[in-house]
Amino acid sequence: MELTTVWFTLIAVLWTGYFVLEGFDFGVGVLLPFLARGEADRRAAVGTIGPVWDGNEVWLLVAGGATFAAFPEWYATLFSGFYLPLFLILLALIARGVALEYRSKSDGTRGWDRAFFWGSLVPALLWGVAFANIVRGVPLDARHEFTGTLLTLLNPVALLGGAATLLLFTLHGAVFLALRTTGELRGRAVRAARVLAPAALVVVAAFLLVIRSGPLSWAAVAVAVAGLLGTVAATAAGRDGWAFAASAAGIAAFTATLFTSLWPDVMPALDPANSLTVANAASSPYTLTVMTWVAAVCTPVVLAYQAWTYWVFRRRLTGEPSHAALH
Amino acid sequence: MDVLDLSRWQFGITTVYHFLFVPLTIGLSVVVAGLQTAWYRTGRQEYLRLTRFWGRLFLINFAMGVVTGIVQEFQFGMNWSAYSRFVGDVFGAPLAMEGLVAFFLESTFLGLWIFGWDRLPKRVHLATIWLAAIGTTLSAYFILAANSWMQHPVGYRIHDGRAELTDIWAVLTNSTTLATFPHVLFGAFLTAGAFVLGISAWFLLRGRDVDLFRRSARLALVVSLAAGIGVALSGHWQAQIMTRQQPMKMAAAEALWEDETSAGFSLFAVGDVENGRNHVNLQIPYGLSLLSTNTLDGKVEGINDIQARYQALYGPGDYRPVVGLAYWSFRLMIGFGALSALLALAGLWLTRRGRVPAGRWAHRAAIAGIGLPFLANSLGWIFTEMGRQPWTVFGVMRTAAAVSPGADVASVAVTLVGFTLVYAVLAVIEVRLLLKFIRIGPHEPEAEAEAATPALAY
Repeated sequence: MELTTVWFTLIAVLWTGYFVLEGFDFGVGVLLPFLARGEADRRAAVGTIGPVWDGNEVWLLVAGGATFAAFPEWYATLFSGFYLPLFLILLALIARGVALEYRSKSDGTRGWDRAFFWGSLVPALLWGVAFANIVRGVPLDARHEFTGTLLTLLNPVALLGGAATLLLFTLHGAVFLALRTTGELRGRAVRAARVLAPAALVVVAAFLLVIRSGPLSWAAVAVAVAGLLGTVAATAAGRDGWAFAASAAGIAAFTATLFTSLWPDVMPALDPANSLTVANAASSPYTLTVMTWVAAVCTPVVLAYQAWTYWVFRRRLTGEPSHAALH
Repeated sequence: MDVLDLSRWQFGITTVYHFLFVPLTIGLSVVVAGLQTAWYRTGRQEYLRLTRFWGRLFLINFAMGVVTGIVQEFQFGMNWSAYSRFVGDVFGAPLAMEGLVAFFLESTFLGLWIFGWDRLPKRVHLATIWLAAIGTTLSAYFILAANSWMQHPVGYRIHDGRAELTDIWAVLTNSTTLATFPHVLFGAFLTAGAFVLGISAWFLLRGRDVDLFRRSARLALVVSLAAGIGVALSGHWQAQIMTRQQPMKMAAAEALWEDETSAGFSLFAVGDVENGRNHVNLQIPYGLSLLSTNTLDGKVEGINDIQARYQALYGPGDYRPVVGLAYWSFRLMIGFGALSALLALAGLWLTRRGRVPAGRWAHRAAIAGIGLPFLANSLGWIFTEMGRQPWTVFGVMRTAAAVSPGADVASVAVTLVGFTLVYAVLAVIEVRLLLKFIRIGPHEPEAEAEAATPALAY
């Protein structure tokens, strides 16, 4: 396999990891005002992601860094072209990160919970908008600079993509809360998942059918739909673990659809002559070789200790009042 | 202001702001890990209380470093897309390594440390804070390797209109990196030392938990003095490398206009940039030659001579940084850093063999001294980045050519104002939260012991 293919795949894997892991973090934030009644509930809901959210967000940073190292042209075009949406995502991630770390240390939590909600909702929506545009193509000039405006990015398909990721991540958060909590909080999370799953299924299927291209993406679409059907079935049957696994598989296949439809472009232009591809956006073979070794050595270690973290914090949390570890 | 100016202001503001939190994170992570190790080995309650108290302040600071760090990684692409296209092949590699090796390590193990007090066996829990501390330090290494490549590009060739990596080891073992890394690391320990000392002094001034804070004040004094010596030595080493690699930056730092042998070290100068000379210049004779070349009569190059040489080498243009800024930021960096180390030395003398400083002024000086390393850190970065101008990659790419060609003034202005306002609000929140937890102080021994015992509910 060519190294550019390896790195295209690896970047797809990093985004998959990011969406599967931070997807439920976003979902918990979006659902917080609807599912948690009272401070004890809210603390339990936030506590389910407390130990892991920061590690989950690093998947985004590594996806960004890997894109910079392996496909500098892609990184430069994407980040300078999607300027204002990325600014909003950054503000949201700042507000959300500070809210998660400071809410337990502050006297009032109301403002922080609001920041957590908006800081989760905005990226959950905008990542869908961004990826819909990446897959469909945007206006690029011969130097691969984006020539559109903010309004170019806010087209109907992109908004459908935003709705798809928002629903997908919110559902994922509901399923995650059902798995990680007990009592009434869990009951409300299960009910939310039952409502959200069919809606997510319809919107996600519609979006994927609109933007998919290439034969490989059919398989990915099929798995995504199967994953969401599985989520519907498992939530109905009250099988929390299976519901979470199915929804994670749905998100992974959703991301796979985006990337298989993209290949071999990384950033298609409206004028195909200006498109960025895995070939013309890539770093030199030497850099790709170096980075392949680094990734091959580090990734298994990272996966092992992150998995261990989830094992350490596997116990369900309750809405009962209790004291947090270090505040 | 045009897009270039706005982008430069944005990079300056967001980077200096980010670096207010980074050194404290690096330094305090090791201090907290050291205190927890002391508790693990001796089982004494005071070490647990100190670990938990400084740990709380560490986490408040850490959160700010994390959220402002995301902006750093994004803005290369957002505001500097021409730069990213040109250097990504080289510069992206250490950045990606930083994420893969360092960020995962620090974030994951810090999560385990925060929430693992009552979940993990003591020994494993101790390992998590050390792994997080190692993560923060590795992160500094990789990002300094990336920055050092901009100061002194090595291990690359220009091919197809971009810089391509030819030797990753050359980049990772760049002489500039090897000097900068210890300098930044010692600076981080000086910062943590001043922070711990100042807050301990505040408690001692009020007679609260005197035994506890006498212990941490003494620890902080030792850390600060050792770090201060380390900063000076590594800084000296770094300056000698800089004199060879970026003579213009050194000449600007010294307001040295003409080539000189037996050059003096300038203490105070009033310059005339237009005519390339100083009106007033108070010097320590032979000082600069000694510092730069280790000899009294060594030759040090001057701004006007280097400018002429660079015009011949790189073509017409102004290759001088803002001399006044380079001169004063360099001097004040050294001044604030040295003052911080001197405070530590004085403190060690005043507290020798268990003595207690008479009066309150020593405590007040320690509290005021918290700010000194922060000023020195910021000025150091302003010096090294502004002193490199007009280059973004020294000798290879000019800053004016690095900015995103598609960016418009309105967008960059909106994000500049947006980040600045959000950062200002966050600064207020962060300081208030720090003050709140300082006032609360260390919890009672029983409460801390209970929280640190495995098998309690979250």
